[in-house]
Amino acid sequence: MSDALLTVEHLTMRFGGLIAVDDLSFVARRRGITALIGPNGAGKTTVFNCLTGFYKPTVGRITLAHPGGPMLLEQMPDFRIARAGVARTFQNIRLFPRMTVLENLVVAQHNPLMRASSYTIGGLLGLPSYRRAEAAAVDAACAWLERLGLLERADEEAGALPYGAQRRLEVARAMCTRPLLLCLDEPAAGLNPRESAELNRFLVGIRDREGIGILLIEHDMSVVMGISDHIIVLDYGRCIAAGAPDDIRRNPAVIRAYLGEPEDAPLPAQTGSAPS
Amino acid sequence: MTGEATPSRAGAALKEAGLAAIAAFALALPLIGFRTIDSENGLTIQTRFGWVAAGVAAVFAGRLILALWPPQWKWRQSREPRHTDAKAAHTPVRFVGYAIVSVAILLPLLPFADRYVVDTATTVLIYVMLGWGLNIVVGLAGLLDLGYVAFYAVGAYSFALLARNFSLNFWECLPLAGAFAATFGVVLGFPVLRLRGDYLAIVTLGFGEMVRIVLINWGSFTGGPNGLTSIPRPSFFGMPFAREADAGSTTFDQFFGLAYSPLHRLIFLYFIVLGLALLTNAFTLRIRRLPVGRAWEALREDEIAAKALGINPTNTKLTAFAIGAMFAGFAGSFFATRQGFISPESFTFIESALILAIVVLGGMGSQTGVVVAATLLVVLPEFGRQFAEFRMLLFGAAMIAIMVWRPHGLLARRDPSIRLDGYVGVKRGRGP
Repeated sequence: MSDALLTVEHLTMRFGGLIAVDDLSFVARRRGITALIGPNGAGKTTVFNCLTGFYKPTVGRITLAHPGGPMLLEQMPDFRIARAGVARTFQNIRLFPRMTVLENLVVAQHNPLMRASSYTIGGLLGLPSYRRAEAAAVDAACAWLERLGLLERADEEAGALPYGAQRRLEVARAMCTRPLLLCLDEPAAGLNPRESAELNRFLVGIRDREGIGILLIEHDMSVVMGISDHIIVLDYGRCIAAGAPDDIRRNPAVIRAYLGEPEDAPLPAQTGSAPS
Repeated sequence: MTGEATPSRAGAALKEAGLAAIAAFALALPLIGFRTIDSENGLTIQTRFGWVAAGVAAVFAGRLILALWPPQWKWRQSREPRHTDAKAAHTPVRFVGYAIVSVAILLPLLPFADRYVVDTATTVLIYVMLGWGLNIVVGLAGLLDLGYVAFYAVGAYSFALLARNFSLNFWECLPLAGAFAATFGVVLGFPVLRLRGDYLAIVTLGFGEMVRIVLINWGSFTGGPNGLTSIPRPSFFGMPFAREADAGSTTFDQFFGLAYSPLHRLIFLYFIVLGLALLTNAFTLRIRRLPVGRAWEALREDEIAAKALGINPTNTKLTAFAIGAMFAGFAGSFFATRQGFISPESFTFIESALILAIVVLGGMGSQTGVVVAATLLVVLPEFGRQFAEFRMLLFGAAMIAIMVWRPHGLLARRDPSIRLDGYVGVKRGRGP
């Protein structure tokens, strides 16, 4: 239990009479990929929005094991949660389309750069310490672009990239904030099988090399079953099952609610992905 | 596409022209058709149905011609996606920038530069400066501010009041006026920057009007509708521009052994505003490349994504608002010292609209575009003076023409704030 990175306890989110998330508790671990699955409308994105501060949960406690001491995320505004080390991507890609690929990755390093520019004053004066910090930020961005194979397109508008590259760039941008926990909202949506296999390798690489925790919402079972260490299944806002991929694959409640296969049929590794 | 399609096209064109004529008739009948005149037996109505008929006929004919206009003669519209290859376009624009600055510096020395030319050029530069200031708020941070003139007014009145009540000179007042305007920007911005888009536009519009109405009504402090007079002129290192010096001082002309000419003061004012404008430009170009500038653009592009990267939206927008307001304050104090007289009349909504038009016509976020648009919008009405009351009509037509031909503004091309290609970083040689 010592490697618990994010602990969610009794999370409940009500919108008027609708209970979108109902008494959900789970743990996301360091160096682990935790997947959140469930049918459309099960409340997965609502959970994400609560974790990242875009919604304030009605009830519940969300604790991030920050090196500087545990932080209660449900009490913090969204941009502070991002600073505390929770980065996220969005179901519909939210890059800065008219800014270049490189600028997207440099903006993500806003807070360290802002300090390095002594809140703009030092930057205006052109202090060498700021110039060094900027060069380091560009280097960090370049390292990610090299991994994504996008170094040649660094100076192009992000909106002009192909769809799959935009997805991966959004993940890289989130990584540029140097998070403790990376939350990915359907990263494989709209990708073809080859691209989603590439994404799998990319995510596993992030987990192993950066040693951070990844929390994932995904419909594409090839991604979920292929890379997850722990799966939580939601239905109507409630957790109906949690466990390792093999347990989930065999869980009758999950099959009934979500996978929709007859109980005796073996479940193929690649079930159809529901596009969002 | 011509032979058999012609009859139906002509029919459709006739129908459209007919509809336009009906709309024109409905509008023209009350507006043009009737006119009230004072006669000896009270107010009577004069009818002008002939004018209405002529107007409706003109609309009908005009719409018909437009509808039947051969498609191959249509105006080419720049709707195609804009070029992302900025490298090719970069060099000419930079060259144009240097050319504009050189012309601006040499302008007062040119032979045709009389009083009128220098005066008009000074007005152009005030609007260039205001355009650049508003460009930070609208073009970079994407906050639609319809009350920008309020900060211009705050700058002008702070300068006038400080100069009159505490007898500070122009150079002492300038930073104070900028600071006052920036403070107003923060005070207004703090409660309203949570609003987005249209709501922000309405609140800033209201703020602009509030400032003007306070200026009119607070007579004991601001002089009310009569405004403030005898605002001191700037001096050249303490030397005034006057025909005769006060006791114990020398005038600018005496010191340099020149014959007194009122033009010298105008040229001096021109160089002050040129310096202020270039300062605004240098500041904007520099801050765009800093984290705060990139955060402005990120917030403009996608506020939710920016928040998810840990950018504090309120503080970031406030800095944009305050810096934009500060430059309006500088422009305002220059305006006050140049005119020597200010009144609330100078700070109406139409000024805000004009400054916004300069930013939009120039191409949001484009520094050179602002110069071109400001020159156009100030000089065009001057050229139109011989058309008397029709000059605003010409002005409107020119603005519509620009928006038809260049819907994204005259120079709508974004320069990346940082480029890998040509970046002088620590490690090089990774590029292609």
